[in-house]
Amino acid sequence: MTARPLRVSAVEPLTPLVTRFRFECPEGGRLPLFSGGAHVVVELPDDGVLRRNAYSLISDPLDGSGYEIAVRREDAGRGGSRFLHAAVAVGDLLRVGAPVNLFALDLTARKHVLIAGGIGITPFVAQVKQLQRLQLPFELHYAARSRAEAAGLRLLPDLPQLHLHLSGEGNRIDPAAILSGQPLGTHVYTCGPQPLIDSVAEAAARHGWPETALHAEAFLAPPAGAPFTVTLARSGRSIEVSPHQSLLEAMEAAAVDAPWLCRGGACGQCETAVLSCHGRIEHHDHWLSPAERAAQTKIMPCVSRFQGSALILDR
Amino acid sequence: MPRTEFTPSITTRPVYPGLSPVPGAAALMLADATGAEALIELALQDAALIAGAHVIYIPAGAPFGAALAALHPKQYHEGPSFAAILPRFRKALADAHMGTRLYLAGSETLIGCATAEALAAGLPAAAIHSDHRGSIARRMQCVHCKGITEGVTTDPFTCGHCGLTLYVRDHFSRRLGAFQGVCVDAETPGIVPDLQEIKP
Repeated sequence: MTARPLRVSAVEPLTPLVTRFRFECPEGGRLPLFSGGAHVVVELPDDGVLRRNAYSLISDPLDGSGYEIAVRREDAGRGGSRFLHAAVAVGDLLRVGAPVNLFALDLTARKHVLIAGGIGITPFVAQVKQLQRLQLPFELHYAARSRAEAAGLRLLPDLPQLHLHLSGEGNRIDPAAILSGQPLGTHVYTCGPQPLIDSVAEAAARHGWPETALHAEAFLAPPAGAPFTVTLARSGRSIEVSPHQSLLEAMEAAAVDAPWLCRGGACGQCETAVLSCHGRIEHHDHWLSPAERAAQTKIMPCVSRFQGSALILDR
Repeated sequence: MPRTEFTPSITTRPVYPGLSPVPGAAALMLADATGAEALIELALQDAALIAGAHVIYIPAGAPFGAALAALHPKQYHEGPSFAAILPRFRKALADAHMGTRLYLAGSETLIGCATAEALAAGLPAAAIHSDHRGSIARRMQCVHCKGITEGVTTDPFTCGHCGLTLYVRDHFSRRLGAFQGVCVDAETPGIVPDLQEIKP
């Protein structure tokens, strides 16, 4: 994944927790265009630790003058978002990868129902621009605690298709109600906390929707855990994975060639063969099947961990 | 009559995996002739599904109408042909919402035509369930003149529109609900292979 240095051209707090960042070419050129739902991976050099975090693009997909993201500060996170909020200012250079879209609109759909929870609004901000340009029927359901915390309201135009569900005001989002009565050919896209994604999937299944009409993106950060050692067969060495470091990050820190794409357990690019496993792999991904997880012959290093006496990988 | 076992073929050749009840969704059901048996078997698995369903049946000489009606679906209608029930079927599709499942059972022509109508109405392919019983006569489109010849049972056959001799391919168009027929003697006019009966 080739990243290039981009200049931070705007830093705008939207709410106490969410800040918008704009990136432009340092030489003033055009950036590659993308489609709504795409994300970029931003390299964050945080005091000796290099993090790579994926952020959904909120800017207009057909505007190559810059990329924009909106980042929620996670105080209990690993530090990437805190670094962005505290240490990045206009004029700084950050390395940003090319856009990748794992959450695209299905343009064969007759109608698009977008369901956002909290900071999950971000991919829809770009998708709405695309839907409006193509004049496609859609609904946008935005669940947040309060108007003050709903950062997306500062990013979205005044939309008749927007339905706000503010739990703090007693209006919890009701997936079954949203799905009810939708015309044939409707597709549903959910982005937000895992419980929201699960409740939409559960309501859809209960009402007979086929899975092909459902799409979801979870913002997964690699979970922390106990440290563990891994042997890399092809490299002929052992590496230590520390509690707040993912297995992928540990391999990168050891200059081992390891493929990746989404860094969030969703895309399958980092799938690695397990040559030997004495212990238990802690699967945190959304990629492997239940059978593959039970067999412990594959692992997704970007998010998964291990507890046991020995793990040998084909890297 | 049991479900027809078709010889594995190219990926576009449709397969009919059989019907299983999907709980909770609105159900639209369409069957012809011995396809009714598949719906009756479905009712044995889930009586509530049939009770809430809109069932349309084309008997085509088979005696299952009474047995289907006795399942007391929410709506039950019998019609003499696909063309005759088509306005009702189209209205049911137009009124349907996401979550509706379509259960099709019977001849390949019925399944193909009903699937094409449903896809055109926006029903997702994954919401269509099918079970093949009875006739394997094919709806064939002549790739040359585009005319459709119904009820083809031999390979090769004569196009009912332009008169060319066509061989039967397993390639199937979901949009048209028809298999593809291609001229068999383009390079050797008049020299055609022996007629064979189409087998499953």
